Amino acid sequence: MSTTYLLRGVAPQGGDRTDVRVEDGVVVAVGADASADGATVVDGDGLVLLPGLVDLHTHLREPGREDAETVASGTRAAAAGGFTAVHAMANTSPTQDTAGVVEQVWRLGRDAGWVDVRPVGAVTVGLAGERLAELQAMARSAAAVRVFSDDGKCVHDPVLMRRALEYVKAFDGVIAQHAQEPRLTEGAQMHEGVVSAELGLAGWPAVAEEAIIARDVLLAEHVGSRLHVCHLSTAGSVEIIRWAKARGIAVTAEVTPHHLLLTDDLVRGYDPRYKVNPPLRTAEDVEAVRAGLEDGTIDVVATDHAPHTREDKDCEWAAAAFGMTGLETALPVVQATMVDTGRLTWADVARVLSATPARIGRVPGQGRPIAVGEPANLTLVDPAARRTVVPERQATASVNSPFAGTELPGAVVATFLRGRATVLDGALVDAPAGVRA
Amino acid sequence: MRHLLSAGDLTRDEAVLVLDTAAQMAATQGREIKKLPTLRGRTVVNLFFEDSTRTRISFETAAKRLSADVINFSAKGSSVSKGESLKDTALTLQAMGADAVVVRHPASGAPHTLAHAGWTHGAVVNAGDGTHQHPTQALLDAFTLRRHLVGDGGRADATGRDLAGAHVAIVGDVLHSRVARSNVQLLHTLGARVTLVAPPTLVPVGAHAWTADVSYDLDETLATGPDAVMMLRVQRERMSSAGGGFFPSPLEYTRAYGLDGRRLAVLPDHAVVMHPGPMNRGLEISADAADSPRAVIVEQVANGVAVRMAVLYLLLAAGEPRTAPAAGSGRDEARTGVRTDETRVHA
Ligand SMILES: [Zn+2]
Repeated sequence: MSTTYLLRGVAPQGGDRTDVRVEDGVVVAVGADASADGATVVDGDGLVLLPGLVDLHTHLREPGREDAETVASGTRAAAAGGFTAVHAMANTSPTQDTAGVVEQVWRLGRDAGWVDVRPVGAVTVGLAGERLAELQAMARSAAAVRVFSDDGKCVHDPVLMRRALEYVKAFDGVIAQHAQEPRLTEGAQMHEGVVSAELGLAGWPAVAEEAIIARDVLLAEHVGSRLHVCHLSTAGSVEIIRWAKARGIAVTAEVTPHHLLLTDDLVRGYDPRYKVNPPLRTAEDVEAVRAGLEDGTIDVVATDHAPHTREDKDCEWAAAAFGMTGLETALPVVQATMVDTGRLTWADVARVLSATPARIGRVPGQGRPIAVGEPANLTLVDPAARRTVVPERQATASVNSPFAGTELPGAVVATFLRGRATVLDGALVDAPAGVRA
Repeated sequence: MRHLLSAGDLTRDEAVLVLDTAAQMAATQGREIKKLPTLRGRTVVNLFFEDSTRTRISFETAAKRLSADVINFSAKGSSVSKGESLKDTALTLQAMGADAVVVRHPASGAPHTLAHAGWTHGAVVNAGDGTHQHPTQALLDAFTLRRHLVGDGGRADATGRDLAGAHVAIVGDVLHSRVARSNVQLLHTLGARVTLVAPPTLVPVGAHAWTADVSYDLDETLATGPDAVMMLRVQRERMSSAGGGFFPSPLEYTRAYGLDGRRLAVLPDHAVVMHPGPMNRGLEISADAADSPRAVIVEQVANGVAVRMAVLYLLLAAGEPRTAPAAGSGRDEARTGVRTDETRVHA
């Protein structure tokens, strides 16, 4: 199987057309030097070449909920979506709160071979929010954990949050906070506002997110730590992050594709595919997160890919699980909302979906420039394609996509993980796992 | 009307049609033989995931007086409490050939899911879902209001009339009330003006978009001379911090928002007092108010049967899936249908 490719006539980060030669896992030539000798030629006419995408926020569900997703199925979905690295969130069963569990997930990822799996370590034991997990052990493990999060739950105790922010400085870690004041969101089912009032669903107020973010940026400033804010969703949160950055606080923030596109109006049909945490917000919030992503207040787009079994969604709203799949629709949604609207260039897309998330997660060899000598983690995109989302045809094991039936622009034509094609001609390249390791 | 899920789904003409049909149903209920053969051979399932003997009995009586077969399916307390079970229950009912499913569920939107997930083909009637909707309650309230406020206080025929110009105060726990949500929508559709009266903690964020005024002061609202005061049930546990801590004490609530004899005396002579039941006497309503001649609370219960007969009749007997009836024609159709049945009863 060839590991030498010539990507002919591609536009790196949307720039001028050129040829890129990939050999032995590395970009060996760009431009006139790039020969086709002994290489598989990929016709890249009209295609955009991006550094392989890096997701800071993925739920792979293994161990524990292999009925919804496994490391193998989730990382296949990631490759199909153009990703070469994902951060696997800690809310597994058992929880990723020990070196043993994060190493298990890391090994499952390595053996599957679709993307680099970077396990996220739990901040607190069992995500219980009571005492710190052994963060240093996870950092020093083979999984080399750098991102710690109780995602799904908020580290709401201010002392515990302070300690966590301080403690991870010893190994260049970062706390990724799921900002949700628990008392203000007891029983919450959707965004609190006009729609929740009408539907009689308990509200998840914007202030429950904003109050935690405001507190956390001040804590991060006080102890001189970096802080990452997961999936911010409200106009007020964008304002707080903007203020914190102007003040010089080391905070980064992410937004999900669904919060860039969907609003709480969709809940009117009580379809649990639209049930997610944080909830879909208003059109004003959607505009604010787009503006925040455009002006750099928001650093990255992260999927919060959250697969769920059919039985967890095929029910009344209140009984349904929170979350939606997103790995295979992230890039199309970003193109639809940010690129096709002229708000981001493809170079910006490379920044928010690859370079910056790799930097925040301290992921070696990912999110690098497309240049000679760099690892060949690459994604080739056809921006002119248009596809209707059919969850049953996706690689993820679950079908809870909020974009089912929606036509979105852009398609991943090829994905290369260290020079090896995981996607080629728009299709996953299945090969024995041993080849991948 | 294919289903009845929300009071907001009804057009003005559809709502008036239900009220007119209910009036005809009520007329038959004064007779010695109350039973009509209209729904003979049809099956109505009362699917209750939440206890409500009052509502269940009302629907059961309505269906039986229309000669339907009634199956009561109480899913509360069994292992049936979560998701898949709503689906399985619906599939079971479908297999049994339910023509209509009357559903009461603690989760807002559950009847909507039942109607739209493709699990059952029967008509779905929302008998109260979470804190969302209770459309037949709003219809019976509108029916009761029309009897008292329209057509010269019941002396003239109110057929075809709505509630244009009436002013209704709805008082109490609006936040958790499906009765309030349904009434706000239906009363607006029928041309009435609504003032919601509650402590600010019990008014939902977002209620500013509703077709109703909001007041925090009951005495001020009563001084404007509303035509009707509808008291909502307030659960005592709402005051505890575990229950949300919405008000400091029952006494403070009663002082500010309870309807007692003194407040009753402020109302115009023609004004009526309503309550969806069950009442907390001494909390939101005093015995003086509940038992006064102005109170039409017992009448509401009787009207509930007539309105539910009308709803079942319109969903199951008045033709196949229908949209808003063309002005006049639908009404005539309904009236004709009922008269035919009466004829049969007396034949
Ligand atoms: Zn989260």
